[in-house]
Amino acid sequence: MKQAARIGTLAAALLAASLAQAADPLDAIATAARSDSSFSGFSAERGAALWGRKGKDWSCSTCHTADPRKLGRHTVTGKTIQPMAPVSNPKRFTDAAKVDKWFKRNCRDVFNRECTAQEKGDVITWLRSVTPSSVIP
Amino acid sequence: MNKAMHLQRFSAAAALCLVVVGMPLAAHADNAKKPAPSNPVWQEECGSCHIAYPPRFLPAESWRSMMGALDRHFGTDASLDARTAATIETFLVQNAKRGKPGQKPDGSILRITETKWFRSEHDEISAAKWKSPAIGSAANCGACHPGADKGSFRERDIKVP
Ligand code: HEC
Ligand code: HEC
Ligand code: HEC
Repeated sequence: MKQAARIGTLAAALLAASLAQAADPLDAIATAARSDSSFSGFSAERGAALWGRKGKDWSCSTCHTADPRKLGRHTVTGKTIQPMAPVSNPKRFTDAAKVDKWFKRNCRDVFNRECTAQEKGDVITWLRSVTPSSVIP
Repeated sequence: MNKAMHLQRFSAAAALCLVVVGMPLAAHADNAKKPAPSNPVWQEECGSCHIAYPPRFLPAESWRSMMGALDRHFGTDASLDARTAATIETFLVQNAKRGKPGQKPDGSILRITETKWFRSEHDEISAAKWKSPAIGSAANCGACHPGADKGSFRERDIKVP
């Protein structure tokens, strides 16, 4: 019994430690971006520009709206999409697997290719910089 | 093994339990009074761009073809990692529409809205109605079936806008 309890405590401690350590998804993107020797950091301005850039038919703002503090709408199905700016939706950019999955899909849909680590980092940096009083062009 | 890997293994095991426990429940839920079959992975992944369309509206063959080409899914990329896709495919196939004995269902149809069943069930709705702004497309089940996102299509709840 005692041993079982000890194993239980250990497992709980391990789980708590892992959760506390849950890495910021931007860290892995930054590591990937740094493998390009010309990398000199992420830029919110570049991220904002990418957001409105039209590819094949759509831009990111087609479904997510130009103002990422607002609710979006899937342009084909009409389904509501929760805001992309963490100031309005704190769950954004907290789950690395989710972030990777959607960048891959949505960049292919919009630009017909995957986004680079630089582009992903720029977009996240911009969306995180948006505050309730930011002026969105 | 580091802590992050421990956590990954732990959540993988937990997810597996959910799936294993969820399946037999789902398989017996044919009766309309019981809740519609559900699966948390399917609900999350297939319910992010539209309602999670219930598996009972398409035969297993259709679900298999669809799951094999998620990167080209009705004009969008809905790709998933292989393990998640396999979990969802199992759920869809187990709860799929069953053909009449001896009759091979047509698995070439990928849209519920293009099946014979759907067309005859909805034959009183005009082409103009389907295209009206409040509906947009026949695939937008929730416009007329308010419980569609929870798998409910009961006749007495129907409200055509
Ligand atoms: C056709 C519609 C559509 C377009 C265009 C689109 N997205 Fe999305 N995006 C979605 C949907 C649907 C989701 C998932 C729903 C949700 O998370 O609320 C999503 C989620 C995301 C996420 C997940 C974020 C998180 O942590 O929760 C990221 C990142 C993202 N999109 C980035 C982009 C970028 C960058 C572009 C432009 C290149 C773009 N999207 C264009 C529909 C779209
Ligand atoms: C990235 C967005 C996205 C994701 C994720 C997604 N779908 Fe779709 N799906 C679409 C779009 C867009 C359509 C076309 C809707 C329309 O024409 O109105 C569609 C249509 C469908 C249809 C046909 C509806 C009809 O017309 O009868 C089915 C069935 C379907 N999806 C099943 C799934 C399943 C199963 C999953 C999970 C594995 C899934 N979808 C995940 C975007 C998505
Ligand atoms: C324009 C509104 C509208 C849309 C959109 C719509 N339906 Fe229906 N649906 C109806 C109406 C009206 C009936 C009742 C037909 C009757 O009883 O003759 C019905 C009946 C049904 C029934 C039979 C219900 C019963 O208990 O008899 C099912 C199941 C169903 N629809 C599924 C769907 C699915 C799945 C979708 C999306 C792929 C969908 N519907 C989209 C209007 C709609």
